[in-house]
Amino acid sequence: MSKNSIEKLPTYLAIPPLKKDSMAGKGPFKASIDIQKDLGFPGEKIDNWQQVAINKIAETKSKYRSVQVFLDSCMKCGVCTDKCHYYLGTADPKNMPVARQDLFRSVYRRHFTFAGKYFPKLVGAKEFDEDMLDDWYNYFHQCSQCRRCAVFCPIGIDTAEISMAAREVMNAIGVGQKYPNQILGKINKIGNNLGMPEPALRDTLADLEEEIEEETGVSVKLPLDIKNSEVLMVTPSADFFAEPHIDGLIGYAKVFHQSGVSWTLSSYASEAANFGMFIGNYDVMRQGALRIRKAALDLNVKRVVVGECGHAWRVAYSFWNTLTGLGSGGSDEYSLKLQNQLDSNYPQPQHMIEFTYDLIQRDKLSFDKSKNDHRVVTFHDSCNVARGSNMGDIENGQFILPREVIKAACNNFSDMHKSTIKSATFCCGGGGGLLTDDLIDLRIKGAKPRMHALKQSEQDNGVNTLAAICAICKSQFSKVLPNYDFDPYMIVSVHQLVSDAIILTKDSET
Amino acid sequence: MSSISIFFTLFFYFSVLIFITGLSYKIVQYWNTPAPLKIPIAPAPLTKSGVFLRLTKEVFLFATLFKSSKWTWLFGWSFHLALVLLFFRHLVYFWPGEIPLILLKTEPLKYAAYPLIFGLLGLLGRRIFVDRVRYISAPSDYLMLLLIILIGASGMVMTFANNHPNMLLVKNFAEGLITFKWSELPSEVIFLVHIFPVFFLIAIFPISKLLHGPGIFFAPTLNQVDDARKKRHISQWAMQKEKNTKIDLEHN
Repeated sequence: MSKNSIEKLPTYLAIPPLKKDSMAGKGPFKASIDIQKDLGFPGEKIDNWQQVAINKIAETKSKYRSVQVFLDSCMKCGVCTDKCHYYLGTADPKNMPVARQDLFRSVYRRHFTFAGKYFPKLVGAKEFDEDMLDDWYNYFHQCSQCRRCAVFCPIGIDTAEISMAAREVMNAIGVGQKYPNQILGKINKIGNNLGMPEPALRDTLADLEEEIEEETGVSVKLPLDIKNSEVLMVTPSADFFAEPHIDGLIGYAKVFHQSGVSWTLSSYASEAANFGMFIGNYDVMRQGALRIRKAALDLNVKRVVVGECGHAWRVAYSFWNTLTGLGSGGSDEYSLKLQNQLDSNYPQPQHMIEFTYDLIQRDKLSFDKSKNDHRVVTFHDSCNVARGSNMGDIENGQFILPREVIKAACNNFSDMHKSTIKSATFCCGGGGGLLTDDLIDLRIKGAKPRMHALKQSEQDNGVNTLAAICAICKSQFSKVLPNYDFDPYMIVSVHQLVSDAIILTKDSET
Repeated sequence: MSSISIFFTLFFYFSVLIFITGLSYKIVQYWNTPAPLKIPIAPAPLTKSGVFLRLTKEVFLFATLFKSSKWTWLFGWSFHLALVLLFFRHLVYFWPGEIPLILLKTEPLKYAAYPLIFGLLGLLGRRIFVDRVRYISAPSDYLMLLLIILIGASGMVMTFANNHPNMLLVKNFAEGLITFKWSELPSEVIFLVHIFPVFFLIAIFPISKLLHGPGIFFAPTLNQVDDARKKRHISQWAMQKEKNTKIDLEHN
């Protein structure tokens, strides 16, 4: 890692001049009648959709202060316009955060404000007609709800809130997106996004145990549905089958093995991801979260730990307590029962990074860091972790802890440019329910700012490994890295780095 | 009283009435609308005092704007600061009865008109010349800037170009509005040009983007403490769901 690199590349991706309608189109695949009905939405676009949509907007803004305040407050200062990775990658003006909000705001103004009712042209108020709905569907599915714009808004407007509300309104009139809604159907029926039933999960875990034992000679377990375990581990189901995710899961297992803490996965709640957030639907999101509460109660665990998944951690950290009482301070019957059962010495829920970090702090884990010496690692802050959660209950802990865990397992670590990490991190380009092949063009373009920063790190510091703690980031990077002339296998789980360097002792499990 | 004096007197009360009722309505609406989820935005404070500090920095220094765009910060902050200073400069006219000494010493604040105009012209220039900002601007966005420029420019013409209207009349008119002892306006056109857009902006405050003023205090992204794991944050309508859900803990 040379500190004095000869020439610095420009730190900022150039802000592109507007290219109107460069991303115009029909948007991602729409959900089928069955998919929509499974979630309790109308099967297809209803006849009086306009009226129903207006009513739904009224309802949403009366239930969410964010929506009401953000629709009113924007002064169009424009400082968000160059902050969105989709704008930077596509140059379509409707991908500027304020312009995206304005699709919603112009309808709000037309129907709910004095100026918009009587002077629509003056204030940019517009009818909710077919064209507008098409724009909604197209451009609210070009937002990964990463909240980077919100970090830069002087009055705290969060486009993700508007984007979630827009999707909620569209679902209410029967215009839903296939990818997240189909997945939500599976989690409600089977317990995970994949639709992977219990026997398949059990087989997978058994295979993994064999694989680890072959490789290390140590019998590391991946327990499933074991009652009275200390820890219930809830992780994105991608960890069970996808690369590089699965190596992260092996990492968790090894850490648990070394810690001596008994743990279990649940076949009933075999999914940490919660796409209910992406579609802005409180009930659907709550349904997903309740599965986890139920699993925690049924398995009688003391702690709930969440695996590497960005939006799942936002939902777990920021919303679970609200949705289910999994946390502290609840007063209803079930959350009281849960809180009495859970160990109050630990934060509930806890992130796997927090769990591992804690062990490292207490010197409970040993590493052979040289195992990772072929790597120069950089860390991609996943947006939902970076901007919507915390770790360790210390200021900026969500930035500190993952880096400390990486540094404990690796000798070579180097951050990307500071304008592209931590709270200003760039989305991978596939979050927010956009990780679907029908949006691949958008995903490639949206990854551009992150790829640009990575390219610089590669040139300046020889970075060859990109570590992340989000299932979506990992899948997205695997797919788009080659488009930017990177090795698709350079993306790893943070716990894969842990897994590769951790020193296992044979008989810690007694 | 001349008809023009009557018009402006009525216009003032009309504007203030809309301002007070409209703004109260919006504030009550914001207050009563629940924020069902914890959505503080990073870097999120973990304590109440952290939130207080955050909002203080936002309101007085425009800290985030500084981080986002230095030019916009320079224009926006100098304009808003000047506006506050000029407000204090004008209090002396409206103050009923004996005027506190401090208000008599506010004359140097008149120079705030320069940063005011500087900031406004900067914001207007940005709106016109930066293609991204031009794209998102509606006619009202330009109009509002132009109106405030008009206020500032007419004030400067009166103050710095020796076009003072009859100051006794100004004082009597302004104080009369507060004490309900109405009196004639100075008839200079430049004065009317100065106060008309002021009254107009007061009137449209609660029905325009000027709501960003109260709005910033109600943004859950900025005013929430990041303590979701430690305290259960739940809205009334969500609590209802809790009561209506019966989950069978034993079976399944």
